[in-house]
Amino acid sequence: MPTVSVGRDRLYAALGRTYTQEEFEALCFEFGIELDDVTTEKAIIRKEKHLDDDGDVDGDDEVIYKIEVAANRYDLLCIEGLARSLRVFTGTEATPKYKISPIPRDSMHRMYVKPQTSQVRPYVVCAVLRGVTFDEARYNSFIDLQDKLHQNICRKRTLVAIGTHDLDTVKGPFSYEALPPQEINFIPLKQEESFRADKLMEFYKSDMKLKKFLHIIENSPVYPVIYDSNRTVLSLPPIINGAHSAITLNTRNVFIECTATDLTKAKIVLNTMVTMFSEYCENKFEVEPVEVVSHDGSKTIYPDLSCYKMEVSLSEIVGPIGISLDETQVVSLLNKMQLQAESCASKEEPRISVSVPPTRSDILHARDLVEDVAIAYGYNNVPKSKPKCMTIGGRQPLNRFSDKLRAEVARAGYMEVLTFTLCSREENFDMLNRTQDVNKAVIIANPRTSEFEVVRTSLMSCLLKTLKHNIDHPRPIKIFEVGDVVTLDGSCDVGASNNRRLAALYCNSQSGFEEIMGLVDRIVKVVRAPHVKFGQNYYVPTNEPEFFPKRQCKIVTSDGKQIGYLGIVHAEVLRKFGIPDPCTFVEIDVEALL
Amino acid sequence: MSDLEASLLAHLNSGGDVPDSRSYASSLGVTHKELEDVIKSLAAFRIVESKDITKETWVLTDEAKGYLASGSPEAQLLAAIPPEGASKDVLKEKLGSILDIGMKTAAKNKWIGFEKGNKDLVLRKVDTIKDELQEQLKRLESGEVLSDKVIDDLKRRKLIMKEKTSCYALKKGPQFVAKRKKLATDVTQEHLRSGDWKDLEFKDYNFGAQGQPISVGYVQPLLEVREEIQNIFLQMGFTEMPTNNYVESSFWNFDALYQPQQHPARDSHDTFFLQAPATTKQLIEAYLEKVKEVHQCGGYGSKGYGYDWKRDEAEKNLLRTHTTAVSARMLYKLAQEKPFAPKRYYSIDRVFRNEAVDRTHLAEFHQIEGLICDYGLTLGDLIGVLEDFFSRLGMSKLRFKPAYNPYTEPSMEIFSYHEGLKKWVEVGNSGMFRPEMLLPMGLPEGVNVIAWGLSLERPTMILYGIDNIRDLFGPKVDFNLIKSNPLCRLGLQ
Repeated sequence: MPTVSVGRDRLYAALGRTYTQEEFEALCFEFGIELDDVTTEKAIIRKEKHLDDDGDVDGDDEVIYKIEVAANRYDLLCIEGLARSLRVFTGTEATPKYKISPIPRDSMHRMYVKPQTSQVRPYVVCAVLRGVTFDEARYNSFIDLQDKLHQNICRKRTLVAIGTHDLDTVKGPFSYEALPPQEINFIPLKQEESFRADKLMEFYKSDMKLKKFLHIIENSPVYPVIYDSNRTVLSLPPIINGAHSAITLNTRNVFIECTATDLTKAKIVLNTMVTMFSEYCENKFEVEPVEVVSHDGSKTIYPDLSCYKMEVSLSEIVGPIGISLDETQVVSLLNKMQLQAESCASKEEPRISVSVPPTRSDILHARDLVEDVAIAYGYNNVPKSKPKCMTIGGRQPLNRFSDKLRAEVARAGYMEVLTFTLCSREENFDMLNRTQDVNKAVIIANPRTSEFEVVRTSLMSCLLKTLKHNIDHPRPIKIFEVGDVVTLDGSCDVGASNNRRLAALYCNSQSGFEEIMGLVDRIVKVVRAPHVKFGQNYYVPTNEPEFFPKRQCKIVTSDGKQIGYLGIVHAEVLRKFGIPDPCTFVEIDVEALL
Repeated sequence: MSDLEASLLAHLNSGGDVPDSRSYASSLGVTHKELEDVIKSLAAFRIVESKDITKETWVLTDEAKGYLASGSPEAQLLAAIPPEGASKDVLKEKLGSILDIGMKTAAKNKWIGFEKGNKDLVLRKVDTIKDELQEQLKRLESGEVLSDKVIDDLKRRKLIMKEKTSCYALKKGPQFVAKRKKLATDVTQEHLRSGDWKDLEFKDYNFGAQGQPISVGYVQPLLEVREEIQNIFLQMGFTEMPTNNYVESSFWNFDALYQPQQHPARDSHDTFFLQAPATTKQLIEAYLEKVKEVHQCGGYGSKGYGYDWKRDEAEKNLLRTHTTAVSARMLYKLAQEKPFAPKRYYSIDRVFRNEAVDRTHLAEFHQIEGLICDYGLTLGDLIGVLEDFFSRLGMSKLRFKPAYNPYTEPSMEIFSYHEGLKKWVEVGNSGMFRPEMLLPMGLPEGVNVIAWGLSLERPTMILYGIDNIRDLFGPKVDFNLIKSNPLCRLGLQ
């Protein structure tokens, strides 16, 4: 969930009243956001520098609220939108109507899209904010919102990248092109000299903030770039803007371009930028459009601030909540959530028409309206009821059977342990004297550490590791686990399947080979069934590398099927796991006994 | 009960007393030590009252003890002389040093004489004698008081010496019984067979001491909690889902749940993707088409996410990040069954997250999931079920916060008031599955699914006051924790 930092006093000023922290937390809870932390700029800097409380640092003493918001509410990622939503929610303000300024089509700014862009980053959408008044706080919020959008919906600029420019420093029409990097030269933001694009990429490899975006275009033969009519570079998306068009506190007219690989998200991002910051325009909530001319000649005017119209029946809304309200009540609850609604004339069931503003891109379905009505009504005011369906409970036979075996082994005096499914290749194979069987194990593609390289194919390394961590425990140590191993399995849709295993380990000054055989005898005795039969001799000698020779065997049913194996753990294996005392291990396939 | 104890108690019972335990012991023909043990045992229970007495008595020297046994030297001498007499040398050989001592008194008593002219031959003068010395020694030994003259005489002859002795004066104690019961420490087979258990009286037991350590088996604490939560589901009519498939396709883990392909959860930072088996090719084509459609351009009343859905992404295999992947499979299966029948499903099993491991996070943990599928279910029903479920877990004070989850709408975070921490803590997530998830599966319009989920580890940690998850799950769990963990009392309320 994204977190937004806002100055408490600025927030309260924007809300038109102050709250105690408890009151504000209660409001957040009701609305579905969370006051995650209360801090100050000073404290944040101290924390970053690992200083203690009295360490003297620069920075403000203003109280900062860190507020966690829903991941699909991009309109809550800045103080402007957050305060606006809460004002509407608490009924102190009506939802603003966002407008496109009525300028003739031929005096609009234009962006021409060149065909090569489709090779790397095919979409661009633009808009202009006229007569903006920035101050330091507004400016910072403007920059922060871009950061937040880049981190979230833009997926670290892969899907969308935002460029904002001082319109008065450049001259339209603009062009969105894709050129070989050697052909692009400009002075990037925060630099003083001109770079060639490929050299610039090299340069940014040491830039902590920017290096993580380089991979997006690095391997493309052409880089996306936006020029004005004087061939001034506005930006090299999604990496950096040009220094020339940089916005400042004095910028009055802002040109916003969003380049993208996903057009839907580009539109959402552009709409979020303009709906949030048109608040500071001369004509509040009015946005100047830009015409984007595609290489195929088609022309589209952005931003699209039209409302998404939905029409729903009253029962569609209140039914899933389980409350009874009339359409007027529902309309006023929707309005609290910035959804402009009105009841429509209908002879039959009451219907409600809803206009979803461009800020609420999260609304996809009538069910989303249901949630908003429920929130506005108050989740904790919804009367509780009981589902009426009559059903009968039951267990999975394998799980119930596993529990019975667990109880049996515990009754035999063994201690149950619970270990991880993930382990290293070394533990699962080499440390058990086994060769790495590539046709057997599920292998993780992106392990963070060697602990998580493969999914275990037996419980043996898990029990040995557990023993090692408790090596000082008084002997004899008798442990067991019932758990799943996973092996490749072509007969399964995903190509691998689980297998339930029972494993036990005995450790003492002597191997306990006969102890473990006694446990197996007990298990064999209790699992006998008409379809699970054992002959007189169910131990058949084996010669596996993880056990001592001649002190190991497999366990077979009367029809010769192997259901398990046991043996005195080989000295080499014990050494690799750091265990000084003899051990006997047994593993049994539980599913074969079910 | 020893005979000695019986005699003593009988003696005291018949009105006798024992002024001197030593003489009493010798009257019974036992050593004083034997009697002393009995006295101490009886005195401990105040059956007799004993008073310590210390006195000086005359005791025989070793020499005198010899005379007591074999007779006085003069008597021995006389016995050694045959009727025809014997020479001093022969007697000397027989008697040793006794001869010289015996000669004096024997001569004085005129028991012997010498042949005239041959002073060497010793003759008997009397046939029988009375051995007074031996008599005196006997009397002294038996505790008789001898006259001062005799004492002086014996003292002079170094046959007696003074010795300090302690003994006891005994009389009935306040708890006097004529016959004492023996205190038992245990009940034996013998007691039961002989029937003398009826008269058993037990010795006091030392309850300060611990019992003997016993050898038992143990179950893992986390799995104990799992069992109780399982029982709660079963009481509420839920059926367990088959969750023994850790490897899952992105399709079932994400796409089927209407989780868009660019969702951050599908990042390699959060999810374990697989090198082998890398992909799932076997997907249900007709259903897959519907899922693709609803992601790309909506339908079923939805406007969709409006992006280019890629099959490759859906085919990527992973270790399931939630058991909701199984719920999706189960709901799809349910949708194919006609006519529709309502279901309550639950599962508790492992899920995997490619996260950094710390005190509260593991790369694999257990997810608890419950869902109900039926016509006309409401948010109010969900709240009702959650209150039923959580109150059985000891969390009866709940409140709900709006939240976001790609596959539920409405979505609610569940908070419970923790009496110990004096605050509201998040205990789970819940919601109603989105129509965009359910309708492509083929579930009838109007069927809703209410669902909730939480981890097994977190409530267990709160329950047992464990603050490091690795102390509860994994190879580093201390055996002593498993051994000493109390019974899980969930579900007993």
